Amino acid sequence: MKLSKNFTNPLAANNPVIVQILGICSALAVTVKLEPAFVMGLSVIFVTAFSNLIMSLLRNGVPSRIRIIVQLVVIATLVIVVDQVLRAYMYDVSKQLSVYVGLIITNCIVMGRVEAFALGNKPWDSFVDGVANGIGYALILVIVAFFRELFGSGTLFGFDVLARFGYVNNSLMLFPPMALIIVGVIIWIHRSINKDLQEK
Amino acid sequence: MGLRNFVDKIKPTFSEGGKLGFLHSTFEGFETFLYVPNTVTKKGAHIRDCNDIKRVMIVVVLALIPATLFGMYNVGYQAGIEGVFPAFWYGFLKSLPTIIVSYVTGLAIEFTFAQKRKHEINEGFLVTGLLIPLVMPVTIPLWIVALSTAFAVIIGKEVFGGTGMNVFNPALLARAFAFFAYTPQMSGEAVWYADGKTGATALEQLGTTGEMQWSALDAFFGFMPGSLGETSTCAILIGAALLLFTGVASWRIMLSVFVGGLAMGYVFDLAGMTEYPVYYHLLVGGFAFGAVFMATDPVTSAQTNTGKWIYGLMVGALAVLIRVVNPAYPEGMMLSILFMNALAPLIDYFVVERNIARRKKLIKNVK
Repeated sequence: MKLSKNFTNPLAANNPVIVQILGICSALAVTVKLEPAFVMGLSVIFVTAFSNLIMSLLRNGVPSRIRIIVQLVVIATLVIVVDQVLRAYMYDVSKQLSVYVGLIITNCIVMGRVEAFALGNKPWDSFVDGVANGIGYALILVIVAFFRELFGSGTLFGFDVLARFGYVNNSLMLFPPMALIIVGVIIWIHRSINKDLQEK
Repeated sequence: MGLRNFVDKIKPTFSEGGKLGFLHSTFEGFETFLYVPNTVTKKGAHIRDCNDIKRVMIVVVLALIPATLFGMYNVGYQAGIEGVFPAFWYGFLKSLPTIIVSYVTGLAIEFTFAQKRKHEINEGFLVTGLLIPLVMPVTIPLWIVALSTAFAVIIGKEVFGGTGMNVFNPALLARAFAFFAYTPQMSGEAVWYADGKTGATALEQLGTTGEMQWSALDAFFGFMPGSLGETSTCAILIGAALLLFTGVASWRIMLSVFVGGLAMGYVFDLAGMTEYPVYYHLLVGGFAFGAVFMATDPVTSAQTNTGKWIYGLMVGALAVLIRVVNPAYPEGMMLSILFMNALAPLIDYFVVERNIARRKKLIKNVK
């Protein structure tokens, strides 16, 4: 019971991007196309899941004064692993993502989950929490990228979808401001469904 | 009066609890459009005279008429049609669809939001709906007009809470959307006047060669290609006179935009970066149109008197700065007004803070 709530909460009601407004920068940067957004989402899921797991395992052995440094070492190691794997097996995508893979280290969601959850909870719960938060982040990224690629380039994952119907590409979709507006619209819809989240 | 009786007769149907009660806002919108409402403010008195937003907006629409009519004539004239009336008729038929599409899209969205939020329909779109076609090229595809209007009304206005709450001028936002989303259809040499006729606008010619093929007088009266309403500085000034006479628009903003533009123009002239007369800046492109109808928008401009001066000067100066320095945007007026829209509250904040500080100092001196 507790586990499933841990898992479903970050997907919608407490989504890291649209409720906690974390990780916005990369949501703007990597969502021009679906493919990089998808890969970025997977990378973040991996990093949040395993940094949560490792820090939860270490939580009783790390003095709280130096915990930030230990967290950084763990997260940085995981990010470098992700980066190297991407370079080895998905070179094109890793070039499109450029610095944003490295910048997962500074993604507030990763550090936030470790600080807020993993340091006070058991390894399995922490792992689930990390996976769920990563999925919550990836979900928004993919939704934004879906609209940006579909209306900006007329394609999905590189396949022609709209172009064959004589669709004229909307180049504003390729600019970062439009990603911000789409995130805003998602928040708007989300809040009008979940009325308890509306600010007074 | 037959109409009044008719309105009174159908009123209960649309009031709360009536058969068509859910269309309450729509009914009220039309009723107050036809007759001045007879309700009075309940809390405190805000009424200064018999004016209300609907009347103010109608004055702005009237002020836009000279520029619109001339713009329609100019479309025909640029297409090479002889005679005043045939040219006007040609331009009228070309631009009417744009105007209709803009009004229908915008009003449909406004009415829907008003019904959903159960408030009355705001009048702001009466002006915005006419401004949008006036700042677009005549040959623009209608679906771009509809899309830009929808974007401007929903993202630019309704998310902020409707008329009076918007940060940016909705008409300019529509143009900005169309400009960035569909650049090839909006600007550049391929766009222009009527079927098959294209060419660089005056601004592009000035930017690339330092000269334009039209005389200053042509530019003043508007016999050159450009967006529907923006070409004739003369027709715009007639509208400006009406706005100033009725007190609808702020003379401080209008004047300071022109002063700011001229001052910046002279800076570039002295620096040797422009080779054409400085006053050309005020005649070509959307400068005059922006200064008179866009920058003076009471919602998005600065509210304090000192703030209005600063706001206006910076709008004018920035427009010329963008025109001269950035070759990617030959027209700087749209970007400069939108940018200053965002800064207007900040300007007001500092003006008010300074005033408070000054008054505090006075008190101290008296003690």
